[in-house]
This record gives sequence, structure tokens and C-alpha cells, in this order.
Amino acid sequence: MLQVNGLRVAYGGIQAVKGITFHVEEGEMVALIGANGAGKTSTLKALARMLDSAGGSVRYRGKEINRLPAHDLVREGIALVPEGRGVFPRLTVAENLEMGAFIRNDKSEIVRDMAHVYDHFPRLKERETQLAGTLSGGEQQMLAIGRALMSRPKLLLLDEPSMGLAPIMVQKIFEVIRAVAAEGMTILLIEQNAKLALETSKRGYVMESGQITLTDESQALLHNPKVREAYLGE
Amino acid sequence: MDIFLQQLINGLTLGAVYALVALGYTMVYGIIGLINFAHGEVVMIGTMVAFTIITALASAGGVPTPIIFGAGLLAAVMCCMGLGWGLERVAYRPLRHAPRLAPLITAIGMSILLQNLAMIVWGRNYINFPQMIDKVSYEVGGAIFTNVQVAIVLTAGVTMIGLLYLIFKTKLGAAMRATSQNPHVAALMGVNINRVISLAFIIGSALGAIAGLMVGSYYEIAHYQMGFMLGLKAFTAAVLGGIGNMAGAMVGGLLLGVIEALGAGYIGDLTGGFLGSHYQDIFAFMVLIIVLMFRPSGLFGERTGERA
Repeated sequence: MLQVNGLRVAYGGIQAVKGITFHVEEGEMVALIGANGAGKTSTLKALARMLDSAGGSVRYRGKEINRLPAHDLVREGIALVPEGRGVFPRLTVAENLEMGAFIRNDKSEIVRDMAHVYDHFPRLKERETQLAGTLSGGEQQMLAIGRALMSRPKLLLLDEPSMGLAPIMVQKIFEVIRAVAAEGMTILLIEQNAKLALETSKRGYVMESGQITLTDESQALLHNPKVREAYLGE
Repeated sequence: MDIFLQQLINGLTLGAVYALVALGYTMVYGIIGLINFAHGEVVMIGTMVAFTIITALASAGGVPTPIIFGAGLLAAVMCCMGLGWGLERVAYRPLRHAPRLAPLITAIGMSILLQNLAMIVWGRNYINFPQMIDKVSYEVGGAIFTNVQVAIVLTAGVTMIGLLYLIFKTKLGAAMRATSQNPHVAALMGVNINRVISLAFIIGSALGAIAGLMVGSYYEIAHYQMGFMLGLKAFTAAVLGGIGNMAGAMVGGLLLGVIEALGAGYIGDLTGGFLGSHYQDIFAFMVLIIVLMFRPSGLFGERTGERA
């Protein structure tokens, strides 16, 4: 579904991503793990066209998307849950979800999908009319995921969904991520929490200073001594 | 007491005009953090275009007054919408990622350019508004106001309600608010940011055109430099309300109009006749200085930091 070849990202003269190659198959969840500063978020931002890549190709369902404007990606079926959530703070919870469905015009279906998001996150239903800026970090993460789902994406990109959240909230969020994956969603998950990411995903890539250094089935990576030493603190 | 009520009414009339112009500043600032200093000139061009159409139709004879006004307003709104769109494309979009000072300088450049173009087209003399409205005066509690003032306040009110509806009740409005809060994420939702920015300029300029016709028919006079002071005061109104905040621009506009009118009404008494009512302009800028000193985020503003 997604084929990334030799993707490079540079800020000024410094290369943050040094030509990485990976792919995501339809219906699978793939994790991209690595330490802070390894280039994970830069990779995702380049995929979502929030910044221009310095080279390489990104093919999505056979189509080159590396030069599309950012606002066309969601129409192709790609939704990103950005690092730090990026909810619209002075829009209500319901308005944030409606913004997620910005490209859609099927009103009754939008209402149904909103109900579906509220099924996943009953907390959001309770806070429907509240401004998103007043929500807790975990609730904002729920909202960001729900908002991404509102576009009915075929590929969901998640950037550090566990960042800065209490363990219990992380559990809740990942329960929903698993539930969404079980519904058949293709997911690319970026996480610093390697253990959680590998336990949740099918395959994984390990990123180190702008390069992919390891790839395998997630279960195998969990038992790989190098991974255990570097990322699982053993 | 007579003078208080009288100046309150005059102030509200003027304030309605300030509010419409201030909305143009605040909408653009709210979305891209740019102060469009050429906005006053857009208002001036709106006045000029409306005057030209109205004068031509009035001298043709036989055209009913409401149609003349409608045609003048429509022409002004269309011209200004095109002008606002063009300004952004030519002067600001190429500098979107430049340091903040660069678009500010082009804004001032565009302002000078538009003034000079207007001078070439409409001349350097004052242009009189054709005498075509039968002015009717009403008296309430010793204060006098005219049907023109009533029309100005009503039109401004209806326009602002329409704008609030657009911004807070429609999908387009939600996209504009989302863009002003986080443009990168709004793009992820499928919002074409460039279009939203163009739209902010277009809507702001349309409001400016309406304000231009209002101020023209109130003072019955137009001049190629009229946009400068009007723009500066409307900018002050936007800062007073909290720049970037739409409700703030509306309240700030009305408030500034009233402060200015009351100031002009009482300045003679306050200074023992030393300063006359022609010093009314100092009040707007006193307000600007006081706001910038003590509450730079304005009455409704919440942001304190600078935005690039």
C-alpha cells in the first residue's frame, strides 16, 4: 500500500533522514521505533507533506505522492495524527471531529462515524461541547485519533500517540488503536515506547540517526538482543 | 446631557464604520499574522468606485435611488474583493516565509501605490457625493440623528451578523477558524490554506467596500488620502478589541467611535477652550498607546506571544 524508497529529509544542511526504504502492506500495522532524534517524526512529516523531502520517492497505492500538496493527501485516504496531537484548541470537541470530515459531504454518514468515534471514546461524548484546549492531554490524544478517523482513511499515520501521557491513559489509547486495526485499518505507528509499539504491531523497523538499521516481525524484534539492550532497557 | 447623547449617537455611527474596517485587519491577522497596512486604501478605492458609479447613474437620470445605491455598493464590493485578492497574491504570498518585516514593508508600499493610482484616476481634489438622498432628521431627547446614520448602523449590524454566521455556523467558517489556530493541521484535514488566506482578504475587502460607501455618504466627501487615517483608526480599533479576534474588532470599533466622539464633544470644556473638537484624532491614538502599554493583547485577546 505504501512504498517508501530512499526518502531523505534535510533541515538546512543537516540530514535528519538519510535515505530510508520501507513499506506498509494493506491491513497491517507497522511500527517505526527509535530514540528521540532518530528522524521518526521527520519521516512522518515528509510522508504527510508537512515538509518537503530532499529526495526519494513515496508511492501510495501505486501513485507517487511525494510532491502532492498537503491538503490533497487526506483525499487520497491518508490521515495523520500529528505529534503533540494538534487539536484545534478554540474549536469544540464536536467541531474538531467535524473538521476531520472536512473533505466529506455525506452528512448522515458523518453523523454515524461521529457516533462510532464516541463509541471508541465515551469521554469525548461527555465533552462534546467543550473547547478542545480545555481537555487533558489524554483526551486530546483521543480527539486527535477520532478526528483522523473521521476522514475515513485507508492509511492511518500515528506519531507518538503515547507521548506525555499517564500509563493508564496510554493503555486506553492503545486499546483503541488495536480495535481500529482489528477493523482492518492499515496503520503506520511511530513510537519511542518500543515495547508497546512492538507488542501492538505486526512488523517493525528500527531507526537510528536517520537510517533504518533493523527490520523484522515485531515479535522477533522484541526478542532481538540488540533491540532489548538499546530500546527495552535490558 | 444633550451633548452626551448626541455624541454617543455620532460615535456609534462612526464606530460602525470602524468596526467593519477593523474586521478586515483582524481577519487577515488572525490567519497569517500579517497587518495589511494597505487595507485603508482598499476602503478608499471602494468609496471612489461607489462614488463614480453613483454619480454616473444619478446624472443619467430616471434611475431610482435604491438601484443607484445598490449598483454603487455592488461595484465597490466587487472591485475591492478583486483588489484584496490581488494584493495578497502580488504583495504578500511571495513573502509568506520571509522575515516578518518584509511583508510589512510591501504593505506600506502597496498603500502608497494605491494612493497614487487613486490620485491619478480621481484627481487630488475632494470629490463631493451627489446630493440625492432626502435627509430626514429625527430628534430623541434633544439629540438629532439622520436617516443616513440609521442606515449606516443597520447595514453594519446586518453585515456583522452575516459574518458571524459565516464564521461560526458554516463549514467554511470552521475551516477558517481551524486555519487560524493551526494551519499545518488544518491542511492535514484537507483545507487548502492558500484558499482560506485569499478568502480572508476577499471578505475583509468586501467589508471595507461597504464601510467605504458608508463613510462616503456620511461625510458626503471622498479624497484619495482618506484611507490613511481611517485605516489607522480601524487598526487601533482592532488592537483595542484584541487583534485576531472578530468580536473584539466589532466591540473595539464601536468603542473607539464612541470614545472619539465623546472626546471631541468634551475636549473644549476639559481644556478650558484651549483645544477644539478638531483635535478629535488624538483620542484614537491615545487609546492605541494606552492599550499597547497596559493590555497589548486587547480587550478580547488571549494570545500574548508573537506569531510568525
